[in-house]
Amino acid sequence: MWKFFHHLTSPPHFYRLAATIIPWLAFPGLVLIAYGSYAGLFVAPEDYQQGDAYRIIYVHVPAAYVSIMAYVLMAVGGGCGLIWRLKLAHAVGAAAAPLGAAFTFLALATGSIWGRPMWGTWWEWGDPRLMSELIMLFLYFGYMALRAAIDETAKADKASAVLALVGVVNVVIVHYSVVWWNSLHQGPTLLKKGGPGMDADMLYPLLAMILGFTLVFGALLARRIRTEVLYRERRTRWVRELILAPGGGR
Amino acid sequence: MEALGMGGYGAYVWSCYGLTLIVLVLSNWQARARHKRVYRDIEVRIKALEDRQ
Amino acid sequence: MKPRQQRMLGVGLTALGVAIAAGLTLRSFDENMMFFVDVSDVVAGDHPMERNFRIGGLVVEGSVEREEGSMEMTFRVTDLQCEIGVRYSGVLPDLFREGQGVVAHGLMGADGIFVADKILAKHDEDYMAPEVAESLARHVADQTMELPDGPAECNSQ
Repeated sequence: MWKFFHHLTSPPHFYRLAATIIPWLAFPGLVLIAYGSYAGLFVAPEDYQQGDAYRIIYVHVPAAYVSIMAYVLMAVGGGCGLIWRLKLAHAVGAAAAPLGAAFTFLALATGSIWGRPMWGTWWEWGDPRLMSELIMLFLYFGYMALRAAIDETAKADKASAVLALVGVVNVVIVHYSVVWWNSLHQGPTLLKKGGPGMDADMLYPLLAMILGFTLVFGALLARRIRTEVLYRERRTRWVRELILAPGGGR
Repeated sequence: MEALGMGGYGAYVWSCYGLTLIVLVLSNWQARARHKRVYRDIEVRIKALEDRQ
Repeated sequence: MKPRQQRMLGVGLTALGVAIAAGLTLRSFDENMMFFVDVSDVVAGDHPMERNFRIGGLVVEGSVEREEGSMEMTFRVTDLQCEIGVRYSGVLPDLFREGQGVVAHGLMGADGIFVADKILAKHDEDYMAPEVAESLARHVADQTMELPDGPAECNSQ
């Protein structure tokens, strides 16, 4: 088991394995997103309060979910990198940050566009859910800026991993902000006590979108980790052999 | 046509889906471009070393 | 202790320290983290006096009154314990409904009426089709609703 794990996390094996895995994540993911978008926009009934405006959840909720998942991955990668000195772990964090930032931006932007007609405001300073999600965007920016500021990869890995771990507190706050404090944002629908507060024909497209976003995120992440691995291993023999090999190793 | 109007919320709903498409396409494009750049840089360096030997 | 275990301890202690620090900070800022004040607290006098703040609750069914030919309106907000009157003049968000959540920003008037300069609607976490909501409403109306201890007491100052 450990041997298998070690084999898997060895850079050359991961580099090759990821190339075969990426299409298996990307295509099912895109199919799910296509189905979820179509069903969410045209098949699911309108909401009894929000009318058609609620259809924004089909992109807002998955984006917010992925923004949190990416952060957790980044922090876990940093933690594993610090403790076990796994080469691949730091690469995961470095690869996850820009994607996490993109999905956090998407969650904030779609939430804002939803908020205008429904709540009556684009943005409310001081709302705990809105503020903690914005802080998450800045944590991603801080992580990337820190990495960019330190030339030596090993030092950049350590410093950014510590930042990522410290910021985990914010992930907890994002999730519980609507429970602990008064917020304009409604409470959780899917993780509600007694099951999701949603009709089945509204729920299935949403679940498809969440799974689709997750798979597409996985594909993008795997792609970025490959690049990270290639760069970090640029002076090793396997990269040299890979590049000098007849077909190359793109 | 009526379905596209989204009961008066068309501008809000469609801009969200448009934004999602843009973010996904840009993320993919950026990942691809970065990989190409990194690969080419390493290729150039390794080929140069090969030629010197 | 092996170096790896030392590092594990280091990471663990750092995480614990940060969590405790964050917890204490959040506790001390608890009041400020509240986006709005509950109606009960307002009625009990526990709110900013000379300063704008937000109240939140449900719009009481049948309480919305509009003045003919003007934007002026009044309604009552409840947290199911206490109620408070709100006066407002302006545009309402689409989700503003009787029986639904609302957040009002403004000042507490001397007459005990909250004068709002901005109204935000708050929606709940339930999504359903209009037909489902109708049948649900009929279903609930069929049953005689009885609270276990009767309605909660509202303690004013």
